[in-house]
Amino acid sequence: MLSSPFITRPLTVDRIMLRVLYALLPGITLYVWYFGPAILVSIALAVTAALATEALMLKLRDRPVRPFLADYSALLTGVLIALSIPPLAPWWLPVVGTAFAIAVAKHLYGGLGSNPFNPAMIGYAVLIISFPQEMTQWLSPQGMGHSVLTYGDQLRYVFSGVLPVGMQLDALTMSTPLDTMKTQLHLGMPMSDIRDLPIYGRLAGKGSEMVAAGFALGGIYLLIARIIPWQLPLAFLGTLFALSGIFNLIDPAHYAPPLFHWFSGAAMIGAFFILTDPITSPTTAKGRIAFGIGAGLLTFLIRAYGGFPDGVAFATILMNMCVPLIDAWTQPRIFGKKKGSER
Amino acid sequence: MTRLHSFHGGIHPLTHKKESTQSPIISAPLPAQLIVPFRQHAGDAAKPVVQVGERVLKGQLIGEPVGMISSSIHAPTSGTITAIELQQIAHPSALPDLCATLVPDGLDEWGVRQPLNYRQLSSDELQKHLRRCGIVGLGGAAFPSDMKLSHPVVVDTLVINGAECEPYITCDDMLMRERAEGIVRGIEILRHALGTDSVLIGIEDNKPQAIAAMQRAVDDSSHPFKVVTVPTLYPGGSAKHLIKVLTGVEVPSGKLPTDVGVQCFNVATAYAAHRAVEHGEPLVSRVVTVTGNVEQPRNYEALIGTPFSDLVALSVAKPDTNRYIMGGPMMGVELPAVNVPLVKASNCVIAASDALFPPPPAPMPCIRCTRCAQVCPVELQPQDLFWFAQSHNFGKAQEFDLFDCIECGACAYVCPSSIPLVQYYRYAKSEIRARDLEKRAADLARERHEFRQFRIEREKQEKAERLAQKERAAAEAKAAAATVIATPVDPTADADDTQQMRIDAALARAKEQAAAATPKNTEALTPEQRAEIEAIEARRAHIHELAADAGADDEPPKHSQGN
Repeated sequence: MLSSPFITRPLTVDRIMLRVLYALLPGITLYVWYFGPAILVSIALAVTAALATEALMLKLRDRPVRPFLADYSALLTGVLIALSIPPLAPWWLPVVGTAFAIAVAKHLYGGLGSNPFNPAMIGYAVLIISFPQEMTQWLSPQGMGHSVLTYGDQLRYVFSGVLPVGMQLDALTMSTPLDTMKTQLHLGMPMSDIRDLPIYGRLAGKGSEMVAAGFALGGIYLLIARIIPWQLPLAFLGTLFALSGIFNLIDPAHYAPPLFHWFSGAAMIGAFFILTDPITSPTTAKGRIAFGIGAGLLTFLIRAYGGFPDGVAFATILMNMCVPLIDAWTQPRIFGKKKGSER
Repeated sequence: MTRLHSFHGGIHPLTHKKESTQSPIISAPLPAQLIVPFRQHAGDAAKPVVQVGERVLKGQLIGEPVGMISSSIHAPTSGTITAIELQQIAHPSALPDLCATLVPDGLDEWGVRQPLNYRQLSSDELQKHLRRCGIVGLGGAAFPSDMKLSHPVVVDTLVINGAECEPYITCDDMLMRERAEGIVRGIEILRHALGTDSVLIGIEDNKPQAIAAMQRAVDDSSHPFKVVTVPTLYPGGSAKHLIKVLTGVEVPSGKLPTDVGVQCFNVATAYAAHRAVEHGEPLVSRVVTVTGNVEQPRNYEALIGTPFSDLVALSVAKPDTNRYIMGGPMMGVELPAVNVPLVKASNCVIAASDALFPPPPAPMPCIRCTRCAQVCPVELQPQDLFWFAQSHNFGKAQEFDLFDCIECGACAYVCPSSIPLVQYYRYAKSEIRARDLEKRAADLARERHEFRQFRIEREKQEKAERLAQKERAAAEAKAAAATVIATPVDPTADADDTQQMRIDAALARAKEQAAAATPKNTEALTPEQRAEIEAIEARRAHIHELAADAGADDEPPKHSQGN
């Protein structure tokens, strides 16, 4: 015998995940526009690896395969990993990262809903620690590098590692705008001169700033569609903006302006697609603000003083650890137990 | 214009109210037999006061209230009582309860009805009359109405609940449209009994005809009642939430509305009070919605005890109907069988099919999306409660205010993972209650055993003392006899007695020695041990208090849809 309620009208898990995937499309489209189709290959590889690993792990764990594959959560993890690694990376890089994310960071912790860490960020962390060289060879935007790869060239390189005759990988790739800034600051170049380097655009990296804007656009859709809570992106971006703004005001020669931080690296995709993973973020409104502030603070610190090119992944993982504590400390008072409830 | 307030969360399910409001309320014909349960209200079951084979008149008392929280049961029509036995009732447990079977004689002959003038009655007299007439909350909780009028605290606002927030149910809507005058008269009676000034009648804005009818009736009556249109939002008809919307006052957790000076009655209860006082009619019928998968969804005025199967037959259930729900689709219960009787709390029966209420998909894991928390009207964290219930962490569930959950089902309605959340909460609540009872029973058994030991010990001591006294008396008597030979005593009788006593004393002494040889482990304790035992006893007493408090918590029907 069933029990009440007898009617439900939920937005099911698969539809939620699907909307998040749709929201990534503007960013991916701009990615292809500026950097060529190699990223699509990375995404296809990561997604295939994600689904295969998910199916294998479900089988090993004796869980039904079909309903879990159909929830798109593994697919989303694959896409997010592909988007966080260089598109010209060898084919096995997204495969290894995604397989680790799904098998270890997700299923060894109990599968969907039970993982304490964002699987995509764990996958990224494993890759950047294990394969730092491959992880830092980012494609220059189309037409900006010294030589240009055709679409066919890109695909051939990903799978065979062979470049067209006379081309060097170094000439096609560059370090990220964040990384370049860090290196040049280290070498003593003032911020104003760094910003004049050809790889920089109006706000941040040429091309990559537009991709970030695409992700922000998708994020705003998710906010309007109420798929993600507003507290997380607002607190994160606000903190990053405020901190970088203060440092930039005090010492503009050594600290990048706030908009540079916003549109560089994984700030936008992190704010709207990574931190907002419900499974690994707090459940209370206040907790989400605390989580966003913490992630913004850590991201800025790692970017300004840390040894890694970007801080979003490690900030996310560190804040993931704090979620149970944050949840426990920010329990709201319930109906009839509030101040002023008695007159 | 009354300034409205709001509460957190809530949902907007499709209301499906139009179907059953197209035609007026009609009286259901007399059924072939009526099954009248003796427990139709919160509290203790009524005690049968009629015999099998007895002819009863309509409105005749057949069950009288027992104890404080209880109510009266009346014959819904004239006829013969053919059985008083356990029968299946509309309870999800499907456990049988004591019911009277009444075969109508078709005359529908009323017994004595004595209309009263409420203005000449004190609150006390009105309460007694309502109790005699079996008036209970008709919104679903069936709490005896007299109890709600007998509150010692001053009530300054009377809230009348015409919200009817559950989908499909329209019995209050139709009652307000058609019998607004009677409702307003009933409200005035309840207001008089409470001695309040302010009366707010809350009706959701999806019932414009009911609002207009009530407003007209209030205007005609020239009572200063306020008809307030409230936004349609489930579960806005929960008494505490309606009070919040109308007055801005939040009834504290675990407290009753009267603790903040508000009392709340359902519109149908007010109407029943009017019939009871001004027409002398006990509660023998009510308006009930029959809807869902039926050809003619509508409202019936049906006698209490009418089998649901009769009502469903009147509305003609469609062939693919495979179950029946009493109440609304959000909080209703599936009937164990369709021939169980209509009771005072039955506001609606929905014929259901898999097409109407598709079975939910298989549950997926919780992804902590907190859509449940966003809609929870009590501002709980349903995702945490689910986690604790699932992992049998009941203490933690209680700590996270599980018992404040009103089981409205809004969380399960929106859950993307289709988790039957309410079932988890009911399970956790019943487990906690069962464990509490078990613990209390164990404590009681231990206390009884300890007291028995203590009593045996005490009796032994008293016996020994009595013996010693008697021996002393005998010795004194002997001494007296030796000195005064002429004293007229009968030494033989006394001697026999003392002989026997000596034997008893010797036996007792032997027993005592045996007991002393194996000292009980609670004797000869060090002060530290004694202190420890005392601490344990104190803790146990504290736990007892807590358990008693927790038990007291869930007795009042806090989550009534307005009684």
